[in-house]
Amino acid sequence: MLEPVKISLEALNLATLMPMLIAVAGGLIILTIDLIKENLHKSLYVMLTVLIILIDMGATLGLNVNDRGFFDVMLVDGIAIVTQIIILVASALFIPLALTSKRFHEYSYPEFFALFLFMLAGLQFMVSSDNLILIFIGLETSSLALYTLIALHNRHNSFEAAVKYFTMGALAAGFFTMGSAILYGLSGSLELNQIADVLQDRIFEPGMLALIIGGASFLLASFAFKLSLFPFHTWAPDVYEGASAPLAGYMSIVPKIAAFVVSMRIFEMFIKLNVEWVQTSILVMAVITMTLANIMALVQEDVKRMLAYSSISHAGFVMAAIAIATTKSNSAVFLYYGLFMFTNLGAFAMLWVSRHKHKVHHARFDHPYEKFAGMINIMPMGAVVMALFMLSLAGVPPFSVFWGKIYIMSSAVDVGMIWLAIIMGINSAISAYYYLKLIVYMFLKEPSTTISEETVYYNVSKPLMTVLGLTVFATVASIFFVDPLLEYITHMVQVSGY
Amino acid sequence: MEHILSILIFFPLLAGILGFVVDKNSAKAYGISVAAVEFLLSLWLWASFDTTNAGMQFNEFIPIISQFGISYNVGVDGISLFIVIMSALITLLGIILLDERKIANMKNMIVSLLFLEMTMVGVFLSLDAIIFYLFWELSLVPMLYIIGAWGGPTRVYAAVKFFLYTFAGSLIMLVGLLSIAYLYHLEAGVWTFNLLDWYQLDLSVGLQFWLFLALFAGFAIKVPMFPFHTWLPHAHGQAPTIGSVILAAVLLKMGTYGFVRFSLPLFPDASVQMIPFILTLSIIMVIYTAMVAFAQKDMKQVIAYSSVSHMGIIMLGVFAMNAEGLGGSIFLMLSHGIVSGALFMLVGVIYERTGTKTMSEFGGLASIMPVYATVFGIMLMASVGLPLTIGFVGEFLVLLGFYEVSPIGTVLAGTTIIIGAIYMLTLFKRSFFGPVTNEKNRGLKDLDARELTALLPLVAIVVWLGVYPKPVLGPIDTSVKKLLVDMEYKARTPEAKETIISLQRAKEEK
Repeated sequence: MLEPVKISLEALNLATLMPMLIAVAGGLIILTIDLIKENLHKSLYVMLTVLIILIDMGATLGLNVNDRGFFDVMLVDGIAIVTQIIILVASALFIPLALTSKRFHEYSYPEFFALFLFMLAGLQFMVSSDNLILIFIGLETSSLALYTLIALHNRHNSFEAAVKYFTMGALAAGFFTMGSAILYGLSGSLELNQIADVLQDRIFEPGMLALIIGGASFLLASFAFKLSLFPFHTWAPDVYEGASAPLAGYMSIVPKIAAFVVSMRIFEMFIKLNVEWVQTSILVMAVITMTLANIMALVQEDVKRMLAYSSISHAGFVMAAIAIATTKSNSAVFLYYGLFMFTNLGAFAMLWVSRHKHKVHHARFDHPYEKFAGMINIMPMGAVVMALFMLSLAGVPPFSVFWGKIYIMSSAVDVGMIWLAIIMGINSAISAYYYLKLIVYMFLKEPSTTISEETVYYNVSKPLMTVLGLTVFATVASIFFVDPLLEYITHMVQVSGY
Repeated sequence: MEHILSILIFFPLLAGILGFVVDKNSAKAYGISVAAVEFLLSLWLWASFDTTNAGMQFNEFIPIISQFGISYNVGVDGISLFIVIMSALITLLGIILLDERKIANMKNMIVSLLFLEMTMVGVFLSLDAIIFYLFWELSLVPMLYIIGAWGGPTRVYAAVKFFLYTFAGSLIMLVGLLSIAYLYHLEAGVWTFNLLDWYQLDLSVGLQFWLFLALFAGFAIKVPMFPFHTWLPHAHGQAPTIGSVILAAVLLKMGTYGFVRFSLPLFPDASVQMIPFILTLSIIMVIYTAMVAFAQKDMKQVIAYSSVSHMGIIMLGVFAMNAEGLGGSIFLMLSHGIVSGALFMLVGVIYERTGTKTMSEFGGLASIMPVYATVFGIMLMASVGLPLTIGFVGEFLVLLGFYEVSPIGTVLAGTTIIIGAIYMLTLFKRSFFGPVTNEKNRGLKDLDARELTALLPLVAIVVWLGVYPKPVLGPIDTSVKKLLVDMEYKARTPEAKETIISLQRAKEEK
């Protein structure tokens, strides 16, 4: 007779699972409400989701640092907590953007909000584990939910975007499993810390390095897809264009920061093992990504596509920080994304405010530059707000992204990579051109005759204004909260051992 | 008033934000009042300034990002004091000169000017590298808008070129600043961007060289040194009068000020090493742009190029590394600000009346507009460096100081006074003397009260400081001497020490 499995509840440490369970339960509650009574207004679901996110946030803040749980597959270290906070804040800013004055297809389904919460749970699993299988499950749960969220926008190019993203995501998943399989084959374990120990012992065996590099390459390719790094970035502009503006802004932050944390866990292991190939190839990819995306952004005619390429370029910046692999550069990743989040979400929210149901400004694009011409005369506040976001993205001090940028540049200087800091500087200068282009259109060009306040401010509503107000405030006042933020982040990164 | 520097920096910002509420038709009056208060505050700063103290005064220190060593740190010494006063004065007079009938959307103009004033004052008062960089970059934004919104036909191109050119240079400078902070961290174990702490940093000559070059990228583009000067004629050509005035009078000084505040005291050895390099560039800049100025047909371009040429003389003075040259170059920054500001105002005046700046359109203006011609004449003489005008003092001191470094260079640089006299007098002759060539010009009105209010104070200063420059030269000299002593103390290589000392001694022996 088999021995009954004895597990005490305390050993499971279910507290580590609380945040994800809250998100999942929230999703189920929303589905149940829909079962009981149909045709409830979207505002109910929006507010419920916000509340659930806030509870989730409470649970996350209550986590003990460096706690393990659930058969040791959960790892709640400092970076896991910081990432979850960033994810939750971004989500709390994103969801109220559903309360537009015009009706959009996706928000009439409660499933949208349920899926969103499931995605949140997936992302939270993904960042708080060092077990390759749980990471994979989290990654896939969140990705599958995200594909559906994109497709729900119900336009032909959003279907295209979803299918494109899905296909690319499937390929990335394949790479991930192959990479993990190689690592498992080499070490007999799926836990990153144990893999690291075994590889440390075996790295000098003949032929071993080639296998390690092989595994690392598969994983790198997989995360390059997720992070839209060159040469795996080609899906990003189309997917961003097809998704609704807030979702595109959300995608440029949340799935990326989650993928950055996992890359930090995986690739810093290789860098610590002195596999130089990994560091070099990440650096090469990062540099090409930031430069190429910048050059592509120069020639875009649509602001949303420009912002898509600019997000790719920013991801390149942050990927370089992963390759530098010091405590400072790892803190810089979170500082950068924590600050970039507000600015980028704000910029995409401005596009959302000005979004029409139909393409009234251009045959192909929703947000051509011409649409914003002369905005200073039509709606001065809107123009000033958008200009602040653009200046911030260009890295003009004292706006938020500047602080992240100098921190990354400074960490590059610290390890002697002056060339990298200079390339970053030059790239910032190139990027200033396309951000300025929008400012030039808004401030220095005459408005076209068909544009009035209604046509530009088409989709505005109080909740959207509130979100914009919060993001602008965070962008402008960042100089006052960078200090505590940086202190918290550095502490969290340090206790996690990165 | 302990916080006078913060008040000076943030008063225009606050006034600018509140200015959004002010009615369009009252915007100019609002602007004048705010700028006047700011100017009075700056005079108060001068009054309470201790002229015998060579170091930083009225220091304020508030940590902002303590972990990374960034703090709000301001202070003023003899070098920055007068540049701040000059910025406030030029902004005030520039706003007075604005013509309400010609400038569309006056409120936006006033608000941008007030923001610009904040950044200008901020740059000259900051003692923290990042805060300095912050104001430095921020100053581009209002200027971009001023050129782009009120400029000539290709204003957008000129504005964007101005922005990108200076932005690119200053990012290289940022890498340099971050490296210095890192080196300081290596040596002292703490992060700081405090300039006064950085002055204590002992750097190897090789490092100094590279860091000097990194900062050079930012400063040289701003000055603008040859061959990085190409953005300036575009910007001047397209900018509205007020834009050109502030650009020439104040924004260019940021570059030379950067050399004095950062490059010299931080990298004394590299600075000495680089003397021949800077010298060559500056002399080329001085002579070449003077000749280009001579070839211009547009009055404003003549003044734009002559202004670049004079910036070259300022650079020579900075790298003369003695009290005369350096003090003279700081005085020349002030006089160049006042004179070129006034000249751009004068060109603006005639442009507003006739809609053209081409010299061949004019002729015999002296008989139609005698007062205008007189003021123009005085400013022109000051620009050429006629004795008893403000231009003479600075130029003479710079050349005197520079003689110790290179007699031949001094002769070459001195030729600009001659070339300058030629192109300026040609300009004056063609436009003001002789018969009235263009019948359209007969009906032109002479300066009115508004223009006189803006210009007469400048005329008064030109004569006053030309005759009696001591109240300004005194404090400058005190701070400059301290700077040179610190440099000599800090210099590592005996050659650099010797150069700096011998340059001082040669002077004292005379």
